[in-house]
Amino acid sequence: MPERTVAVASSSGLHARPAKIFVQEAARQGVRVRIRVGEGKPVPASSMLGVLSLGAVHGTQVTLDADGPGAEEALDTLVKLLSRDLDAGEAVDG
Amino acid sequence: MGEALRGLGVSPGRTAGPVIRMAGPPALPQPRPATDPGAEAAAAAHALEAVAEDLERRAASAGDPEAADILEAQAMMARDPMLGDGVEDNCRAGMDAAHALDAAFAVHRRALVEAGGYFAERAADLDDLRNRAVAAALGLPPPGVPAPGHPFVLVAEDLSPADTAGLDASVLALVTEKGGPTSHTAILARGRGLPAVVGCAGALSLDDGTLVSVDGATGEIAIGLSGADAERVRAADARERAELARGEGPGRTSDGHPVKLLLNIGSARDLADGAEGVGLFRTEFLFLGRRTEPSLEEQVTAYSEVFSRAPLVVVRTLDAGTDKPLPFLGLPQEPNPALGVRGLRVSRLLPGVLDTQLEAIARAADATGAEPWVMAPMVTTAGEAAEFAARARARGIARVGVMVEVPAAALHADRLLREVDFLSIGTNDLSQYTLAADRQHPGLADLLDPWQPALLELIGRCAEAGRAAGKPVGVCGEAAGDPRLAPVLAGLGVTSLSMAAVCVPAVRAALATRTLTECRELAAKALADGL
Repeated sequence: MPERTVAVASSSGLHARPAKIFVQEAARQGVRVRIRVGEGKPVPASSMLGVLSLGAVHGTQVTLDADGPGAEEALDTLVKLLSRDLDAGEAVDG
Repeated sequence: MGEALRGLGVSPGRTAGPVIRMAGPPALPQPRPATDPGAEAAAAAHALEAVAEDLERRAASAGDPEAADILEAQAMMARDPMLGDGVEDNCRAGMDAAHALDAAFAVHRRALVEAGGYFAERAADLDDLRNRAVAAALGLPPPGVPAPGHPFVLVAEDLSPADTAGLDASVLALVTEKGGPTSHTAILARGRGLPAVVGCAGALSLDDGTLVSVDGATGEIAIGLSGADAERVRAADARERAELARGEGPGRTSDGHPVKLLLNIGSARDLADGAEGVGLFRTEFLFLGRRTEPSLEEQVTAYSEVFSRAPLVVVRTLDAGTDKPLPFLGLPQEPNPALGVRGLRVSRLLPGVLDTQLEAIARAADATGAEPWVMAPMVTTAGEAAEFAARARARGIARVGVMVEVPAAALHADRLLREVDFLSIGTNDLSQYTLAADRQHPGLADLLDPWQPALLELIGRCAEAGRAAGKPVGVCGEAAGDPRLAPVLAGLGVTSLSMAAVCVPAVRAALATRTLTECRELAAKALADGL
């Protein structure tokens, strides 16, 4: 099953706004994506509660996996998102 | 007026009106045998959907984007697929809808608490969702802010983000039994300029409809007002606010003696117009709950953002304590944390953390052309002050100071000022240590009152040392934002007051109505009077 590992770039980690943006994007993918930290239990990337329970802070390496048609594209999209500082937009708003 | 209750005033302003208490969480009845798991699952799913839709409606009508963001995130939790699956499994296993919801929420609550830090703070949001969903499944009215159709003082055990975001203009003030100065209630109330008192024991025993007055600065709730009394309090507050809004410019007494008005901030987001700079930049607020040490680059970015936007910034180096956990420090548990390794003392164990921070401050200063003042928290001796100053100056930081929070430091203010360029008095901790009364203890508020003459005497001693040395001595901490105390502090010789932005207009006005001589007379009187 295709996997990608990436460090969380958002300064507040996968929490608050970054978690919301990530979960919304994961839910939009046509394929089920899972996320885990290290060898921990994977959770659906479309689950806010699951993603928060990872406790992923800035710099935590998270691993995404997905299966089936469109899996590679979905993983690419989500990895790209996690590599950006999703808190940055907040500073502009606030 | 008759009796009174007292809590912690966290958002200034005075008002009066009838109490309405917020409905508590729904009581879970005895489990009932579920004969039709499919019907229970459908009822539970329907309850979650109703809660999500309600939150989305509130998000759409919330005026402030921050509140809307929080509500949308809560709606996403109500629609969470893992939560939904858990509820359905519980129903299939024979639970009724309400208990299936309760049990599924409990699983996720535990997971968040285990994740710790920021993540654990979301447990309160989840409790709020659980209460709404269980109430919906039981056919009870949703817990939350009442809508009596007239202005009222909202009294609750505590308020969740969803509650506070739903507040409309008919809420005059907030009073909660739980919560502290950094609770959601306090932060949102200050943001809206709504008077608020938290940690007010006995508030929930007030009957609905009782007329009370609320003073969000002193934390006092007076009970048993007449309608005319209430009217007078509101009118006086409206006059006062209108008056205050006209004030501008730097802080000074009526005869022109300057007292700088500065802001307490946790990040660039707290910056606001109307003050003369930042008197307390609480850098630990950038990194609360972090389990990895913030990198040098990350710190440079965060500090530069503040330095580039404020003319004067006093940076406090990381102040870890029991109320402000910094998990990345990995400090051991202590039997008596208030008297243990906190503030500057952390650098005894972890000198590298302070050195990295000082380096980041110096680089951010270079990058922005700012000249930040830098101070250490929880300094006790002149020797500690000297060592800190040497480390900061070695990195090119020009203005180095220390906080005075420990009585020993206040007593030796003159010696500290031989080592550093300024002092900043943290009144919250200085009163806790001087009066030997835990800051968090709800029963000792009278000892923690900043009018305690022993505390004022120590402040005066620091100010006198500053005058003799020709160096500034400011006050940060809650006392600095109290407009009744500001003239007293100025009279004691304090050169700057640092406070939450919402407190600035009232403090400016309080200073502007008195001469320096009058301030000195008020100070002498406060020192002489016992409490």
